[in-house]
Amino acid sequence: MRARDLPAALYLLIAAVFIFLPVAVLVLFSFQEGMLPVPPFKGPSLHWYQVMLGDRRLLAALGNSVLVGVLSSLAATALGFLAAYGLARRRPRWQGAARFALMAPLTVSYLIIGMGLLITFNDLGLGRSLLSVGIGHVVINLPLAFAIVYSQLGEHQANVERAAQDLGASDLQAVLLVTVPMLWPTLLAAFFIAFTLSWDEFVIAFLLSRFDVTLPVVIWSLLRTGLNPELNAAGTFVFAISIALFLAVEFLIRRGRRNA
Amino acid sequence: MPEPLVRLRGIAKLYDGVEAVAPLDLDIAAGEFVVLLGPSGSGKTTILSMLGGFTEPSAGAIMIGGRDVTGLTPARRPTATVFQDYALFPHMSVRANVAFGLAMRKVAAHERRRRADEVLHLVGLEGLGDRGVHQLSGGQRQRVALARAIAVEPQLLLLDEPLGALDLALRRQMQEELVRIQKRLGTTFVHVTHDQEEAMTIADRIVLLNRGRIEDVGPPARVYLRPASLFAATFMGESNVIAGRVLSAAEGAAEGAARVETPFGPMTVSGRAVAGDTVTLCLRPEQLRLARLGADDIRLGQARVTALSFQGAHLRVHAVAPGADLLLRLPADAGVAVGATIEVFARPADLVMLAR
Repeated sequence: MRARDLPAALYLLIAAVFIFLPVAVLVLFSFQEGMLPVPPFKGPSLHWYQVMLGDRRLLAALGNSVLVGVLSSLAATALGFLAAYGLARRRPRWQGAARFALMAPLTVSYLIIGMGLLITFNDLGLGRSLLSVGIGHVVINLPLAFAIVYSQLGEHQANVERAAQDLGASDLQAVLLVTVPMLWPTLLAAFFIAFTLSWDEFVIAFLLSRFDVTLPVVIWSLLRTGLNPELNAAGTFVFAISIALFLAVEFLIRRGRRNA
Repeated sequence: MPEPLVRLRGIAKLYDGVEAVAPLDLDIAAGEFVVLLGPSGSGKTTILSMLGGFTEPSAGAIMIGGRDVTGLTPARRPTATVFQDYALFPHMSVRANVAFGLAMRKVAAHERRRRADEVLHLVGLEGLGDRGVHQLSGGQRQRVALARAIAVEPQLLLLDEPLGALDLALRRQMQEELVRIQKRLGTTFVHVTHDQEEAMTIADRIVLLNRGRIEDVGPPARVYLRPASLFAATFMGESNVIAGRVLSAAEGAAEGAARVETPFGPMTVSGRAVAGDTVTLCLRPEQLRLARLGADDIRLGQARVTALSFQGAHLRVHAVAPGADLLLRLPADAGVAVGATIEVFARPADLVMLAR
């Protein structure tokens, strides 16, 4: 390394420490032996993971998070794919307006979306439930899924679909036998990104849930009673799942690129 | 002439009011290898796309096998297309790609497999059926695209610049193979390219297009040697273009003949003309010679060699004559040098007279 690169390297190091130190501390003290997640570090111990896995509230919330995440991500990916396919292939005259309308929720804060849905659901008499949370997560993830799939529906993919139709496939057969399998890595990536966002989303889940809550909401309510290494363990668990999903997405995108 | 397989009647395509293809008629006989040749924007790909059913014509009708297919979708036409980017199914094996059309026709699995392997053998890919598409080279993918289209036994096979992405050696090889496969199957091929050498190599008949219009139609040798228009003369290889004015026209034999005044002196040229018209005379570079070979050869006069390049089999020579600049293609051992003065002759039969 040359001398003039040193300031840049130093800057990078400081930035990395700034970003990763809190996470590292959180993870480290999840292995704490004692009652408080503060220095000095005693351990390592898996005691708090044991406590966490015995905590019914946490486990129920974990189940809820997985349920909401999987179903809302499936819905967002399916709707996003259909919207992207329709716009890219049928090219309606109002395509630009439709694209804008589909992407617009990205610019709205989760708080506003959550409040809007809360008011709407109350007016409709639907109230607050895991279903409401799931619908909220579809609202925030549909634009992402749409954008990801839309970006992969280029002229080459259109030609591949034309080839299928040329060889006798109906429109539905072309979509089911060619478009969807061809976009499989993209669709999985969209699903996993949606799931990751749903997995640790707090504001909408907090506003729209009541008795059955998701993991971030439980962690938040536990936080109010004070610091406790069990929360570190729960946080580490949530973080680990997110990282695993992130790696899965990276892998899928790379594979998709290689096959393109 | 028997009933043609394909009849295009007044077929035209407008894009936002701009004429991509002007109304044109074209017949294609069964078993013919037709090449649509032209520069980009000439409408050749649009015509192919209208034949395949991917582009709806703005006017006119398309008949294939005596049936009007103008309003039919690609799936319901007796055509199959080899796409420029191959458009293979990336998630399927080579065999599944080739068998796809048969699966859509509800052919039984073992029969599909047998026929897919048969077609793969025909295109020289035997034994590669289980490979993934992404494991193949560019040339192999091209063959899979061809096999996939052939497998459904179309009456009309459409090829959209299929060799464009291949390197020169591979392209030459595939040109020969395309001709071999076409003659073996007897299927009618319509092939789009902007490469005039490729067109001459593979075509039974060339349809030369420019700005959405047909400039010339005919066998390669005829289009090259007796081009119907100035565009045909210059696009199909190089030409020396000589301006002239018709002095007198004779309505003699079937062909007609004219006396034409040129910068190289008056010449007698076959063809129909009207006295007083300005015309263009064309001569191919290889039709200019350094010696009089026949008694009726025309002497174009002296010229000075200004540039010379060695091209292996021949020399490409630029020369300046009092009348015009000339381009010659001489044998490699012609023994000319830059600055030398040469005498140039041409056969009257080689002269092509075109209206201006």
